[in-house]
Amino acid sequence: MTMNLPELSLKLADAGYVADRELAMALHLMELLQRPLLLEGEAGVGKTEVAKALANVHGTTLIRLQCYEGLDRAESLYEWNYQRQLLAIQARTASGISVSEDDIFSERFLLERPLLQAIRQERPPVLLIDEIDRADEEFEAFLLELLSDFQVTIPEFGTIKARSIPYVVLTSNGTREISDALRRRCLYHYVDYPSVEREAAILQRRLPDIGASFALQISRVLEKVRKEELRKVPGVAETLDWAAALIGLEIKDLHSNPEKVFDTMMCLLKTQEDKLRFTREVAERLLGKVA
Amino acid sequence: MTCCTPPAEPGSLDPLWDAILGRMSAFAMLLRSHGFVIGLRENADAARLAAQLAMDRPAIQRTAFKALFCSRVSDWKQFDELFNSYWLGRGMKKLLRVGGSTAASTRPCSLASTGKDNGQSGSTELGEEVSTPSGMETEDGATGKSEGASRTEITSSTDFRKIADPRELEKAHAAAERFARAMRARLTRREQARSRGRRIDLRATIRRNVGVGGIPVNLRFRQRKPKPLRLVVLLDASGSMQMYTAVFIRLIHGILDNFREAEAFVFHTRLVHISSAMKEKNAKRALERMSLMTQGVGGGTRIGECLATFNKWHAKRLLNSRSCVMILSDGYDTGAPEVLASELKRLRQRCRRIAWLNPMMGWDDYRPDAKAMQAALPYLDLFAPAHNLESLEALELYLARL
Repeated sequence: MTMNLPELSLKLADAGYVADRELAMALHLMELLQRPLLLEGEAGVGKTEVAKALANVHGTTLIRLQCYEGLDRAESLYEWNYQRQLLAIQARTASGISVSEDDIFSERFLLERPLLQAIRQERPPVLLIDEIDRADEEFEAFLLELLSDFQVTIPEFGTIKARSIPYVVLTSNGTREISDALRRRCLYHYVDYPSVEREAAILQRRLPDIGASFALQISRVLEKVRKEELRKVPGVAETLDWAAALIGLEIKDLHSNPEKVFDTMMCLLKTQEDKLRFTREVAERLLGKVA
Repeated sequence: MTCCTPPAEPGSLDPLWDAILGRMSAFAMLLRSHGFVIGLRENADAARLAAQLAMDRPAIQRTAFKALFCSRVSDWKQFDELFNSYWLGRGMKKLLRVGGSTAASTRPCSLASTGKDNGQSGSTELGEEVSTPSGMETEDGATGKSEGASRTEITSSTDFRKIADPRELEKAHAAAERFARAMRARLTRREQARSRGRRIDLRATIRRNVGVGGIPVNLRFRQRKPKPLRLVVLLDASGSMQMYTAVFIRLIHGILDNFREAEAFVFHTRLVHISSAMKEKNAKRALERMSLMTQGVGGGTRIGECLATFNKWHAKRLLNSRSCVMILSDGYDTGAPEVLASELKRLRQRCRRIAWLNPMMGWDDYRPDAKAMQAALPYLDLFAPAHNLESLEALELYLARL
């Protein structure tokens, strides 16, 4: 069942994700063309959230594979439960029952890892392959094969075909260049820092207590902060933290209590260097620009 | 609302549909010429989309094609402009310039496409050339032009003059080869030392002991596969380094030929990524391409600012905990030493080692008195001379120990 574009945007909003039109289209195409989606963008712009919201929209499970250096098939696809197999063999030999190969290499002893789990679901799940750039090139090549055929061959067990094609979302932070082959296979969306309006909408969606004008004020300040020379540019997560802090301190307007506002602005900064650079004057200058 | 009835099925003989398909494959060609990676499957999918979505609305068409055809940030940033110019006929002039320069800066590696070399050599003339109606002529013209330009470049540019000296050249290349070989030998040693490890590999153990009835007599272990050290070389090509650049460039060429993971940059007043040129097998062609890329070499040096550029745009992608950054410079910096110090500090946090090779150190009465050098010293793991072949050989040993 494919839903059309406006319907998808609405459902995303219900799931708590305010998507721009381009992202909504990319998610729509994912379903239409049955292709994976590659999301790139700075840390903290909500790449992982997209997958969560998508799972929510389709009312399905989210299966997550966090990539890291040295990730291999045994940890991403399947592994035999050797300990149990050995125990089973010994227990049976001790009690004089013959052990057949089919018993040992059966479903019972198969450990499903995220990738196998994802293709064996009855309903198509959302498969999030997080930070693919951290995995090795070898893993990427293997993934490419899986994403084109959606079937897995286990030598002792046979070929497992996908029961349903999962919605695959890949994210990358750009610590390593991803191969052209994988890029080509995927739809692409670059997640940028949200526009002022979108960020305000996100704030209102996530923090219902916040007023419309206050949300807009906060996102205007953030727009200015992101233009400063910072080592770690604050993402949406930081904005939410800051807004939550302000609400917690019962501040309703950024100009009402400069002292507290400045103190809470430290939510946005994540390195010592940025904290030193972000002086009271800088904060005042930024706040001053936002009427 | 967005899904309307398709104008025709993608296989039918409707002339209107054929025209649309023709336009779309021409669009794909345009994108390819701007560095997009688009295969046949993308074309087929685009046709499917055209049949299924309301393609009379450009906004929908644009967002759909954007997700489909883009595959990296550089594509993403230039797509809208390309789309508008092709389908809506807007902003053509500006677009061509943007396209040419992006192609030149992001993917200068595809040698065969002379059109891109053209983008580097004469970007001011690009507008005229692209608008020439017959494609073949344009390409031929461009080839002749860029080759001619590069030849005059090598003879006239003072920095690469030394390269013409064949004896010096041979020696340097041999040293570079040795250097790279030492690295390879080290890697093989490490790969072999893997018979015992930290974790038992049950799969391999059982496989191994089939002969004794599955009883694990011989244990097999697993260990992490060691990955090669990544080397990033930053070469100072300013006027004061003139006498040494030639040798160092050959050295870099040797390194990039043999290491699996190595990147090279040249800097003077700005930073230029030269890896793609250096990966050229033929040394002479590599040099030609590099000289094209580094026009303007030989002025003052702004080491700090170049490092800042490196930190900002390349460090995250190129450096990891197994990286060694090698700076080849005499430390005569026209920029502020504070900038250099803070950038080196930042760099230090990203990589494993920073080695600074200073050819001046070989001079008898040299002391690192230059302000920049003073500022840099606290952040360096190795500060060594590099004025002759012996000093380069000593470096082999250092890198082998990393």
